[in-house]
Amino acid sequence: MVVRSWRHIKERYNLIGVRCKNCGTVYFPSREICPKCRRKTDFEDIKLSGRGKVYTYSVVHVAPKDFEKQAPYVIAIIELEEGVKITGQVVDCKPDEVYIGMPVEVVFRRIKEDGDDGVITYGYKFRPVEN
Amino acid sequence: MVGIVGYGAYIPKYRIKVEEIARVWNKDPNAIKKGLLVYEKAVPSLDEDTATIAVEASRNALKRSEINPKDIGAVYVGSESHPYAVKPTSTIVAEAIDATPELTAADLEFACKAGTAGIQMCMGLVESGLIKYGLAIGADTAQGAPGDALEYTAAAGGAAYIIGKSNVIAEFNGTYSYTTDTPDFWRREGKPYPRHGGRFTGEPAYFKHVINAAEGLMEKMGTKPEDYDYCVFHQPNGKFYIRVAKTLGFKEEQYKYGLLTPQIGNTYSGAVPLGLSNILDHCEGGERVLAVSYGSGAGSDAFDITITERINKVKDKAPKTAYYLERKEYIDYAIYAKFRRKIKM
Ligand SMILES: [Zn+2]
Repeated sequence: MVVRSWRHIKERYNLIGVRCKNCGTVYFPSREICPKCRRKTDFEDIKLSGRGKVYTYSVVHVAPKDFEKQAPYVIAIIELEEGVKITGQVVDCKPDEVYIGMPVEVVFRRIKEDGDDGVITYGYKFRPVEN
Repeated sequence: MVGIVGYGAYIPKYRIKVEEIARVWNKDPNAIKKGLLVYEKAVPSLDEDTATIAVEASRNALKRSEINPKDIGAVYVGSESHPYAVKPTSTIVAEAIDATPELTAADLEFACKAGTAGIQMCMGLVESGLIKYGLAIGADTAQGAPGDALEYTAAAGGAAYIIGKSNVIAEFNGTYSYTTDTPDFWRREGKPYPRHGGRFTGEPAYFKHVINAAEGLMEKMGTKPEDYDYCVFHQPNGKFYIRVAKTLGFKEEQYKYGLLTPQIGNTYSGAVPLGLSNILDHCEGGERVLAVSYGSGAGSDAFDITITERINKVKDKAPKTAYYLERKEYIDYAIYAKFRRKIKM
């Protein structure tokens, strides 16, 4: 559990994905092969802007065990400026304030903790862009 | 000359009013507000801690500095509420701003002045040429025991400073510290809440150290209060801050931008860094600032700073302190107790 989350720290903290130089498609999380280009796949790392819009969302009232205390909360699919869609929690936002198309930006938050004596997992969430 | 290359603030969105805390403990809110000059305080949500606050502030500082994070050679996080007892906050911050792996990092503790101690350490490393840039952060999610006087003020927030020699938005003219062994406030290992010496926290602790550090620096620099456009002091509450400012001979127009505690509470290690960031948001090139922190235990770090013309090029590159001051949602004591994990399950 510790090792599994440690391996993803770099990409989860900084939203590092990959871009296929052959066709321009961006992927997050990163993968080995571009399904469009197959053997012609030519990946480079790309740091995503973290800015995007709510593509769709769901309000979670009955949460999995690690997230019970946060319920109700908003889980959304965010379409980032780079065109890639990623799933994340929307924070600093009441469930009745979220809407499709809402501009959001990335924030750094606690994702979960392994009890009160275990490792704390950090990563990305999103918040409304207010202005 | 060594100076500030970038700065950034962060304050959590949630607030609880003094009235709401006083209601739970059956105290007179007006007496507390008048006695402390604190009206409400910032509360972190369940998924925020010193590390997340430090990361948000550091990312704002990076936006203003426009440097490559890989050029940061040192990261110091000053706090008395590090998320782990053993396991550094500074590595989390360094990774989250993509400054790793070629750098040194450490967590600092000195009650409320650990953030300014980090600034001094970065100044030394930059001046000596050991590193190009250093990142110093003061951030806290301070807790007061339920019903204790500290509960009205113990708050959350932080600010980050990138220290370097090129493209500075402010220059350090000098720094001076004043330190003694004074047990005015403490928390023992394994205990959730701090204890304090009551009235003892005033004269022999806060006032003695802040005044000696401020006067010591002004003597070293050959300056007087009227030579500074702005000043900021540590602010456990609004009353101590205004009294120390007036005792030293500063006027309201000099100390007003540095004073945030009435609106957000005491952000501990974040207090002087946040007050200074609000001053930087408001000042112009050529203006001069005096900043004096205080950490119980006890010590004060004083800084004499001159703003450069570059300040207006960077102010709008990240959210200003006022943005975070105005962005707020009030919560009641029950939600506050849940957010601050005061309910054991
Ligand atoms: Zn491709």
